[in-house]
Amino acid sequence: MSKPEITGVEEYQYGFHDKDISVFNTGKGLRREVVEEISRMKGEPDWMREFRLRSLEIFQQKPMPNWGGSLKSLNFDDITYYVRPSDQKGRTWEDVPSEIKDTFEKLGIPEAERKFVAGVSAQYDSEVVYHNLRKDLEDMGIVFLDTDSALREYPDLFREYFGTIVPPEDNKFAALNSAVWSGGSFIYVPKGVEAKVPLQAYFRINASQMGQFERTLIIVDEEAMVHYVEGCTAPIYSESSLHSAVVEIVVKKGGRCRYTTIQNWAPNVFNLVTKRAVAHERATMEWIDGNIGSQLTMKYPSVYMVGEGAHAHVLSIAVAGKGQHQDAGAKAMHLAPNTTSTIISKSISRAGGRTTYRGLVHFGENVKGSKAKVNCDTLIFDDGSKADTIPVNEVLDNRVTMEHEATVSKVSDEQLFYLKSRGLTEEEATRMIVMGFIEPFTKELPMEYAVEMNRLIKLEMVGSVG
Amino acid sequence: MARPVLDIRGFRVGIEGREIVKGLDLTVRGGEVHAIMGPNGTGKSTFASALMGHPAYEVLSGTVTLDGRDVLEMAVDERARAGLFLAMQYPAEISGVSNANFLRTALNARREENDPVPVLKFHKELKEKMAGLSIDPTFAERYVNEGFSGGEKKRNEILQMAVLQPRIAILDEIDSGLDIDAVKVVAQGVNDMLSENFGVLIITHYQRILNYIHPTNVHVMMQGRIVRSSGPELAEQLEARGYDWLRQELGIEEPLPQEA
Repeated sequence: MSKPEITGVEEYQYGFHDKDISVFNTGKGLRREVVEEISRMKGEPDWMREFRLRSLEIFQQKPMPNWGGSLKSLNFDDITYYVRPSDQKGRTWEDVPSEIKDTFEKLGIPEAERKFVAGVSAQYDSEVVYHNLRKDLEDMGIVFLDTDSALREYPDLFREYFGTIVPPEDNKFAALNSAVWSGGSFIYVPKGVEAKVPLQAYFRINASQMGQFERTLIIVDEEAMVHYVEGCTAPIYSESSLHSAVVEIVVKKGGRCRYTTIQNWAPNVFNLVTKRAVAHERATMEWIDGNIGSQLTMKYPSVYMVGEGAHAHVLSIAVAGKGQHQDAGAKAMHLAPNTTSTIISKSISRAGGRTTYRGLVHFGENVKGSKAKVNCDTLIFDDGSKADTIPVNEVLDNRVTMEHEATVSKVSDEQLFYLKSRGLTEEEATRMIVMGFIEPFTKELPMEYAVEMNRLIKLEMVGSVG
Repeated sequence: MARPVLDIRGFRVGIEGREIVKGLDLTVRGGEVHAIMGPNGTGKSTFASALMGHPAYEVLSGTVTLDGRDVLEMAVDERARAGLFLAMQYPAEISGVSNANFLRTALNARREENDPVPVLKFHKELKEKMAGLSIDPTFAERYVNEGFSGGEKKRNEILQMAVLQPRIAILDEIDSGLDIDAVKVVAQGVNDMLSENFGVLIITHYQRILNYIHPTNVHVMMQGRIVRSSGPELAEQLEARGYDWLRQELGIEEPLPQEA
């Protein structure tokens, strides 16, 4: 197999890695024994082991997707599917092995926890190594655990929802995740409870040629509210790593859930993620999805609006630089009357990078009064960069409204001249135009993330001029 | 700081192989207000844009210096930081960037990296300058020129000039599309800045704005050249009699206008 090209290294600032201090791994490749070993180590109930093994079979039967981005350089035999970084999970950072703690310090996680989030989960390779929830939120009955602990501590609630929103049959990578999942977040927000401060998870890959398969399940009960934020980075190795998560969300009657992702994987990570939410009557589900890193991302956050008046909002940006392909989009499934959805996609292609917006808006039967609005804006920097828009609409009920707008723009000479004539350098001027372009996205982020996002984009734009 | 001097000698400018500005000499000093007038299509706006370094135009020959420094050697942003300012006829729109953010970035581009303008001080001064130009306070948070009326765009240009404090400003058709009240406001903004440290070059088709900004020098441009230079009385003559008498006097056959 050919080695993937390492690209964008000079611009990626999280490419450092720690020495390997892992206590156990399953070795390269995926066999039945690997799956059994993961399940045994975690001390799981039989039903979960059976679920994993069934998922493995589905994974092996399903062909590789022949659409989206190129998966040629992804070799399943070269991947290590489970790496246990440590034998303990901390509730204070002092309990976390110092190498791992230092990494999260560098990434600013403990600082964020002190300042502006109510709960933090930090996953390092396959396991969550740190987890904490502020006492006042715990007292409100909010459950925020790593997914493995949730399986032990809330077995009934867990089993009621797990795998019901994204079944292993859904797609090859959902099946893979279902077979080897480890870590991720579990959140339950009880009826009427509003978590006013975001909960945060941070996913870090450290080992080389590692596969990270976290599994997240969020249940927002009636009239409850939560905002969950996740960030991701990885070191740069010469060989590719794989990140293949599954996220399942249920938002019950009148509930609200916002899920914010700032994905900044190293430019040699395959990021193949299935994210799906079910929104019941009057419920609101919002995906705020930022894709800056990775070699290839294929991700289409979905909302199944199954209750009358449910609302879906997907706001995404994708930035593709040298050697990167961001194949991202959204799915809005209108399955009840008077449901509304908005999809806003902003993509930036530069230095030969490629972005694809791939979206589906589906109106089922008997969904009178439903409305969908899709808006795709693309900014292309140079002739070698590419952007495609592939919207699909399915309409089984004509009593609906559908709007679609797409714009493609280049950084115009007139804009650059204008800004430079006020004293901005070419680089500052370009950055300002880009910041303005993604402003509809950054203004939706908590302030601290907006600052971080702007900083990342600045770094990404260095050297993009001339 | 010494009085600014913009010195233009033998300036020739072309676009796509066609010569538009055909040898132009002009000196603008601090404390002076020069008006360049002339019919449409004589190269006035080309001249203004080329002075600022617009990439569409090619300088064919000539020299331009600001305070003795070679302007033509400078990139557009260097010209701006050296003290040159162009109020544009058609300012670009920058979506998603607030006026205040833009202006603060532009101000900081003139300062040392570790010495940015204090945020509160900036907003206080911006507010005062906006009030002076009868600009609504919400203007600061609107995106640069996006959805602005013609008059708002022109006022925004003058606001930028007031904040950035250039040494020499070129105002390209700053009066076009403005009603008389807006012309007065814009003129007031320019007049408030006049001093030994600030020189202005007004490019205009109409004499009207010169009732409110009194020029020290008036030039007429035809067919890519300055064909007559005089005091303010020349503007009044043109207002009263149009351009034809001057054409006849100079023996110029004016082709139909092609370029604004």
